[in-house]
Amino acid sequence: MSATAIPRVHTPPPPDPPVRPAKHYINATSGLASWLLTVDHKRITILYLISITIFFAIGGFFAMLVRLELITPQGDLMTAETYNRSFSMHGIAMVFFFLIPSIPATLGNFLVPIMCGARDLAFPKINLLSWYCFIVGAVFALATAFMGGVDTGWTFYTPYSSTYANGAVLTAILGAFFAGFSSILTGLNFIVTIHKMRAPGLTWFRMPLFLWAMYATSIIQILGTPVVAITLILVGLERGLGFGFFDPKLGGDPILMQHLFWFYSHPAVYVMILPPLGVMSELTAAFCRRRVYGYHFVALSSVAIAVISFIVWGHHLFTSGQSVYAGMVFSVLTFLVGIPSAIKVFNWMATMFKASISFEAPMIYAFGFIGLFTIGGVTGLFLATLGLDIHMHDTYFVVAHFHYIMVGSAIFSYMGGLHYWWPKITGKLYNDTLGCISAVLIFLGFNATFFPQFILGYMGMPRRYHAYPAEFQFLNICSSLGATLLAVGYVLPAIYFTWSLFKGKDAGPNPFKAKGLEWEIPSPPPTENFTKVPVVNSEPYDYAPGAGH
Amino acid sequence: MATHATTPNAHSDDHHHAHPPGFAHQFEDIGQQLDSTTLGMWVFLAQEIMFFGGLFCGYSIYRSLMPAGFEAASNHLNVPLGFANTVVLIASSLTMALAVRAAMLGDNKWVLRWLVGTLILGCMFLGVKIIEYSDKFEHHLVPGYNFQWANAAEAPGAQMFYVFYFTMTGMHALHMVIGAGLLLYFIYKASKNTYHPQYFGPIENMGLYWHFVDIVWIFLFPLLYLLGYHLGKGH
Ligand SMILES: [Cu+2]
Repeated sequence: MSATAIPRVHTPPPPDPPVRPAKHYINATSGLASWLLTVDHKRITILYLISITIFFAIGGFFAMLVRLELITPQGDLMTAETYNRSFSMHGIAMVFFFLIPSIPATLGNFLVPIMCGARDLAFPKINLLSWYCFIVGAVFALATAFMGGVDTGWTFYTPYSSTYANGAVLTAILGAFFAGFSSILTGLNFIVTIHKMRAPGLTWFRMPLFLWAMYATSIIQILGTPVVAITLILVGLERGLGFGFFDPKLGGDPILMQHLFWFYSHPAVYVMILPPLGVMSELTAAFCRRRVYGYHFVALSSVAIAVISFIVWGHHLFTSGQSVYAGMVFSVLTFLVGIPSAIKVFNWMATMFKASISFEAPMIYAFGFIGLFTIGGVTGLFLATLGLDIHMHDTYFVVAHFHYIMVGSAIFSYMGGLHYWWPKITGKLYNDTLGCISAVLIFLGFNATFFPQFILGYMGMPRRYHAYPAEFQFLNICSSLGATLLAVGYVLPAIYFTWSLFKGKDAGPNPFKAKGLEWEIPSPPPTENFTKVPVVNSEPYDYAPGAGH
Repeated sequence: MATHATTPNAHSDDHHHAHPPGFAHQFEDIGQQLDSTTLGMWVFLAQEIMFFGGLFCGYSIYRSLMPAGFEAASNHLNVPLGFANTVVLIASSLTMALAVRAAMLGDNKWVLRWLVGTLILGCMFLGVKIIEYSDKFEHHLVPGYNFQWANAAEAPGAQMFYVFYFTMTGMHALHMVIGAGLLLYFIYKASKNTYHPQYFGPIENMGLYWHFVDIVWIFLFPLLYLLGYHLGKGH
C-alpha cells in the first residue's frame, strides 16, 4: 500500500481540529508512584524538566549573589570566602545540574524516540535509572550547599580541591560524579535508539537534524564523561585517603589533573551546545517553511564538532605551564572548531534568505541564538589565539565568552525548543505575545549583563575576585542591572507556561503546521507514541515550495 | 516528512502474545532486541575503556617520570599470587563463555552450573586480592596511611606506584564485585528457566562485561607485577 502514496507535497493536510485526546501519556495512569517508577520516556522528560528547573533557580540565586557583591568595588556584601563559594556553587549547579542535562534529558528524551518513530527509547529502565542517578547527584549537591558549599570553582582544580580545600569537596565531587553517570546513561540510550530503532524508511540522511545533534552529543557523553568521572574519583581519593595523584609533595603533578579534567570538560561544552545547534535547525526549518539549506553539511558538521572537540582541550592550559609547542598545536586545532560551527550558521542564514518567516516566539528565540552564538564563537577565536590568550586568560573576557555560548546560546535554544515543543509535550498553547516579549527581554538582559564583561576583561579585570578597582564600577553596575532584567525574562515564561497548563487552549496535533513525525501524533501523545508503526518515505522538512504565510 | 502507517503495531494486544518470553515491548521483534542490547553493552564497554583509560594514562606518565621508583616498588608485589589470579580469571572467562553457550542452547541447568563456577572463580580472585592487600598494610606500603620506603631517592616513585596499584586494582576489584552481584541475579534467573534459544541476550551481555573485566586484569598484571621482576625479590 505504501507504493500508492502520492507525495504529500501537492496535497496540503487539512487543518487539524484542536482536540485533546481523551487518553494520553499524562493521564494514562495516576498516583505519585506511577510517575516516580515510570519507564515512559515522556514522563521521565517531565521529571527531568522539573528537576533541572529547580537547579536553574538555585544556580540563578548564587549568580544573583555574585552580581550583588560586584555592584560596588569594595568587598562589602560578603567575605572573599563567601564570594568564592557563591560562584563555585553557581558553576556547579548550572554546569552539572542544568546545562549538561538541559536539552538531552528533556527535549531529547521526549523527541528522540518519537523522531525515530519508536515507542520508547531502547532501554526505558536505564532511562529511569539515569534520572535517579541525577537525583542522587542532586542530593549530594544540595548537601554540599547546606554544609557551606565549596570554594574550588566548578573545575575542582587541585590543590584548591585537595591540599587547600576547606569546603565540602567530597560531597560536591560525588554530586558531579553521579550527575555525570546519569548523562552517560542518557547518551548510551540515545546511541542505541538512533542506531537500532529507526522506523522503516528512516535512513540516516532522512533523520531530522536534531537527531544528528543528539547522536553527536551522545558520542561525547560516552567517550568524555568517564574520563572526568575517574578524574573526580582521583581527586576524591587524594582528598579523602591522601593518595598523591596530583600533589607535588608526593611526586604528583597538578597540571595532569587539568589535562584530564579538560579532556572531558572541553567536549562537555559541546554536550551543552550541540543539542542547541540541533534545536536551531528544527526551528529554522519549521518557521521558514523550508528544508534546511545544506542538510548534509549541517548534519555532518555536528559529528565533526564532536570529533574535533576531543583534540582541543589544551587551550585551557596556555598559561598553566604546558609546553609552548603543545600550546601552538592546541591553538591551531581550536581554530578548526570554527569551521563546522560557521557551516551551521551560514546554512541557517541561507535557509532564512528570502523565506517567508513566521515571527512566533520560538523563532524570536532562534534569532537571538544566532546573534549570541556568533558573538560567543568569534570571541572564542580571540581566546584560541595563543598570544592574545596570555593577556585575556582568567579575565572577564573569558567569563563573557563562555557565557555567550553556554548561557546565551544554550539557553536561548533550550527556551526556543521548549516553546516550540511545549504544545506537543503538554497539549496546551501558551500566550505567544508573552513568549516574544520574554525572548526580547532575555536578549536585552543577557547582552546588558555580559557585553560589558568583554570590555572589563579586555581592560584587565580578573575573574573570581569579590573586590575590584573603582574605575570598573560603571560597567559592573551595567552588568548587574542586566542580570536583573535577565531574571525578569526568565520568570515570565515560568508564569505563562504554568498558566497555559490550566487555562491554555488545546494545541491540536500540529499548531505550527510543521513537518516531522512528532507533529503527526496527538498532543499530548499516547503512551505508546504511535498506534501504527510509521513508514517514512520522503526527505526531512519537505515543505512545499513557497509554503508559508 | 511524509509518512503513512502500514505495519500493524506489534504492541497491539492480539499480536503481543506471539512474542517469546523475555521480549520487551518497545522493540519490534526479538531480533531487534538482541541487536540493541548487544550494541548497548558495547557502548557501555566503550565508556568503561575511557574510564580505565584515564588511570592507564596517569600510570604511563608517572612511570615514565619515575621509572626507578616504579620498578623497585613493583618488585615488592607477589608475582606467584598475581599469576595464580591471572589463571583463575582466565578460567572464569572460560566458564562464562560456556554459560553463554548453554544459554544459547536454552539449557538453563548448565547455565546455572557454569555461572556458579564463574562466581566461585571470581570470589577466589577477590580472596587472593584481600590476602595481597593485607600484606601491603603489614609491610607499610599503603600511601596516605602508613607508607614507608627505605631508599629516599626511590620513595616518591614507589609511593606513586602504590597509589596506582591500589587505585587500579581497587577499581578492577570493584568491577569484579559488581560482576559477582550480577552473576547472583542471573543464577537466580537461570534457576527459573528464563533462557531459551530466542532469549539469551542478558547472559551474552553478562559475558561481555565479564570478559572486559578480565581483559583489564590482563593489562594490569604485567604493568604492575612484572616491572621489577628482573630485580629479584626484595631490595
Ligand atoms: Cu575548551
